Amino acid sequence: MKKVGVFVCHCGTNISQTVNCEHLAEVAKDMPGVVFSTEYKYMCSDPGQTMIKKAIEEHNLDRVVVAACSPRMHEATFRKCLSGTDLNPYLLEIANIREQCSWVHSDKNKATAKAEDLISMSVAKALKNESLTPSVIPIHKRALVIGGGIAGIQAALDIADTGYQVDLLEREPSIGGKMAQIDKTFPTMDCSACILTPKMVDASQHPNITIIASSEVEKVEGYVGNFDVTIRRKATCVDPIKCTGCGLCSQKCPAKTDSEFECGMSKRPAIYSPFPQAIPNIPIIDQTACRYFQTGKCKICQRICTADAINFEDQDELVTIRYGAIVVATGYALYDHRDKYGEYGYGQYTDVITGLDFERLVNASGPTMGKIKRPSDGQEPKTVVFIKCVGSRDATKGHEYCSRACCMYTAKHATMVRDKIKDSQAIVFYMDIRTPGKNYEEFYLRAVEEYGVTYVRGRVSRIYMENGKLIIQGEDTILGTQVIVEADMVVLATAMEAQPDATEFARKLGITFDQNNFFNEAHPKLRPVETFAAGIYLAGACQGPKDIPDTVAQAGAAAAKVVALLSKDEMTTEPIIADVNINRCSGCGFCVPVCPYKAISLKTLTERVHGSVAWGPTGREVTRQVAEVNKGLCQGCGACTVNCRASALDLLGFTNEQILAEVDAL
Amino acid sequence: MTNQPLADNPNTSGQEWDPKILVFACQYCTYAGADLAGLSRLQYPTTTRVIRVPCSGRTNPQFVIRAFQKGFDGVLVAGCHPGDCHFATGNYFTRRRYLLMTRLMEFVGMDPRRFRVCWISGSEGPKFQQVVTELTDAIRPLGPNQKLRDIEPSVIGGISR
Ligand SMILES: Cc1cc2nc3c(=O)[nH]c(=O)nc-3n(C[C@H](O)[C@H](O)[C@H](O)COP(=O)(O)OP(=O)(O)OC[C@H]3O[C@@H](n4cnc5c(N)ncnc54)[C@H](O)[C@@H]3O)c2cc1C
Ligand code: SF4
Ligand code: SF4
Repeated sequence: MKKVGVFVCHCGTNISQTVNCEHLAEVAKDMPGVVFSTEYKYMCSDPGQTMIKKAIEEHNLDRVVVAACSPRMHEATFRKCLSGTDLNPYLLEIANIREQCSWVHSDKNKATAKAEDLISMSVAKALKNESLTPSVIPIHKRALVIGGGIAGIQAALDIADTGYQVDLLEREPSIGGKMAQIDKTFPTMDCSACILTPKMVDASQHPNITIIASSEVEKVEGYVGNFDVTIRRKATCVDPIKCTGCGLCSQKCPAKTDSEFECGMSKRPAIYSPFPQAIPNIPIIDQTACRYFQTGKCKICQRICTADAINFEDQDELVTIRYGAIVVATGYALYDHRDKYGEYGYGQYTDVITGLDFERLVNASGPTMGKIKRPSDGQEPKTVVFIKCVGSRDATKGHEYCSRACCMYTAKHATMVRDKIKDSQAIVFYMDIRTPGKNYEEFYLRAVEEYGVTYVRGRVSRIYMENGKLIIQGEDTILGTQVIVEADMVVLATAMEAQPDATEFARKLGITFDQNNFFNEAHPKLRPVETFAAGIYLAGACQGPKDIPDTVAQAGAAAAKVVALLSKDEMTTEPIIADVNINRCSGCGFCVPVCPYKAISLKTLTERVHGSVAWGPTGREVTRQVAEVNKGLCQGCGACTVNCRASALDLLGFTNEQILAEVDAL
Repeated sequence: MTNQPLADNPNTSGQEWDPKILVFACQYCTYAGADLAGLSRLQYPTTTRVIRVPCSGRTNPQFVIRAFQKGFDGVLVAGCHPGDCHFATGNYFTRRRYLLMTRLMEFVGMDPRRFRVCWISGSEGPKFQQVVTELTDAIRPLGPNQKLRDIEPSVIGGISR
């Protein structure tokens, strides 16, 4: 026989003024299973809790119902009170007779009747409660940061500085990301490389950071505290230990191809480092460009390399490493206007370039040594037109969202044109000017007032060539007139978008993405760097378009979360999770796709069955599939329970039986 | 409640009849919203009994059917707004499941107005008050739920259990 004790709280007069507490304590005595009931002014107070503890002892109670304020207020308090006794804290139920009764009703009779119903529901549920124990999982004290842009570098440095080991994984041959390609940064105009490269060097020299370049995530298994990540180190054909970084091979390599880093505006050899300050500063062989790999003849680099570092037999390698926490910092890609914006020439005009191309054009170590020359003929352009929101805020051709950085970098670019080219003209076509950052509006005003950049509000409808000039046809929506501009070069502020492989990558990690394929934070305001997967955090533009200051701030926040997790030796998980009754489970697998946390998988079960004489006394061995819930991943939402056709899945703490008991109680 | 005579429609007896409505509220949004209504002392009819569930996606249609069987006059399933689910996608399941639920109710001949799914966030105390008040007003003219209700032995042949 189960023995329930009911404790009715007055909450001063908060409850008792509209609910007759003495009456409730009286009628509770007659509810099924109840052996003791009482009321008190403040149940949550010390004397109140002592009263509960004493009653448990004196009346041998094995279930407790407290009728008081919302469980969101004091469930934890009363669970703690129970753990001070022989009872398991999950044998408690709370009837919310304050927030959802006394405070919202004024008719004392009706409110008391409702409170009585609420208590009987809680008693009915409590009778079905079982002891639950949280499981303890160890935390492996090593972090993985995926993506070596400014976000990943900052997060890795911040984690490493607190003493934990960090691996910084980058799929390109060097860390640095887009920031390495940028010339100067708004709003201060300090040189991007001058603030980025020292951080790259810090990361490479930090005793707690290991940079794993030219590598990608192959597979992620496990859960918070214990992720087993399989990393694919791509064959680079250069032994990173032997290579001294002398660069002789790159100088002598006869094969040339477009440089990705220079946005195709100059060539690089097949054996290359993407840029002079690359870290790690070890070249790799691009097999698609290498003469040896394409024709079977060459190997000049191998002959010339004094360190004997070149190995044409190099193969991809898979390694599996365990991590306690993961930071995703995979950044963004740029919208490709070429196949979509027919009116801007589908990319057929060489002098219609993108913002990132422009960054390389003005960079002192770029393809033109920092002199702004247009790609077609190397002439200095006198009239440069900038078009904003290409692929942003354009739901039909591109994305609905605003890319956030383009207003600012376009102001930056236009300023540079005016600054570097005498008697030049910089004309910006815009929809709106958005400058929501510290010193951003001032920066834009300077472009207009000090540098004389012309801003025209309106969309450009067409670009075409006439007599060797680019003709830009648009409208000025303020004056309500057509505008036609003859220009030497056009710079498009193309949208920042999610990486092309973002969704596939997210599925590998078990994190979610939004309608634009940017990764989802767990809460848009209150949990901006967490994901729905415990132990996986976000930093930088992979979560949504953002500029460098916001990226760095988010990276620091993600690092703080990682450190908070790694500083514990183990963590306890809520025991309110899904539970499979393998005797009922038919192995249909319908629950597997429902779980937002990928917590359910099918496993093969081998068991002996008896029942036929033909099988002999030992029975027969059969194997079948059953669902298994990973305790580290399950967050206890219960979605899977509803999908289970065999009723084999249940949610501990909110079982079908418990909920139906509540329904039936009235 | 179940011992109320089945055939009587209290609406005809002159005094105002109060339906009983069972609410499944997800603990992160709607339950918090209901608590907020309390904190703000927003008054609403005493017609509801709330069952707390971790996520609206936990509400098995079976629970809803059982509630009608047991004589509840209305059922409300309420959770976080689409896109705001604490568990990412739970309420999308709720939405899909309950479109079907409404169809099922029509099929078995129950008034679908007795059943509602809605999204109430933790900051929407006034919305909780409004939904409960409206639902109560909508169910009142329908009278007590007779259909699907457990048939009481007393009605069949006077044999009591
Ligand atoms: C033209 C232009 C000019 C700009 N100018 C400014 C400016 O002046 N000031 C400013 O504040 N902001 C500026 N920005 C914005 C700035 O580029 C971003 O804020 C910043 O680069 C975001 O950094 P990140 O580390 O999040 O992403 P990224 O720089 O994109 O870095 C991501 C890194 O992750 C790697 N990666 C991606 N996927 C994987 C994977 N699956 N596995 C391993 N590695 C992976 C990538 O190779 C890359 O190295 C500009 C942007 C553009 C387009
Ligand atoms: S073998 Fe390939 S990488 Fe080496 S020098 Fe020849 S072309 Fe260049
Ligand atoms: S309860 Fe939710 S989180 Fe847990 S296994 Fe089921 S669907 Fe996944």
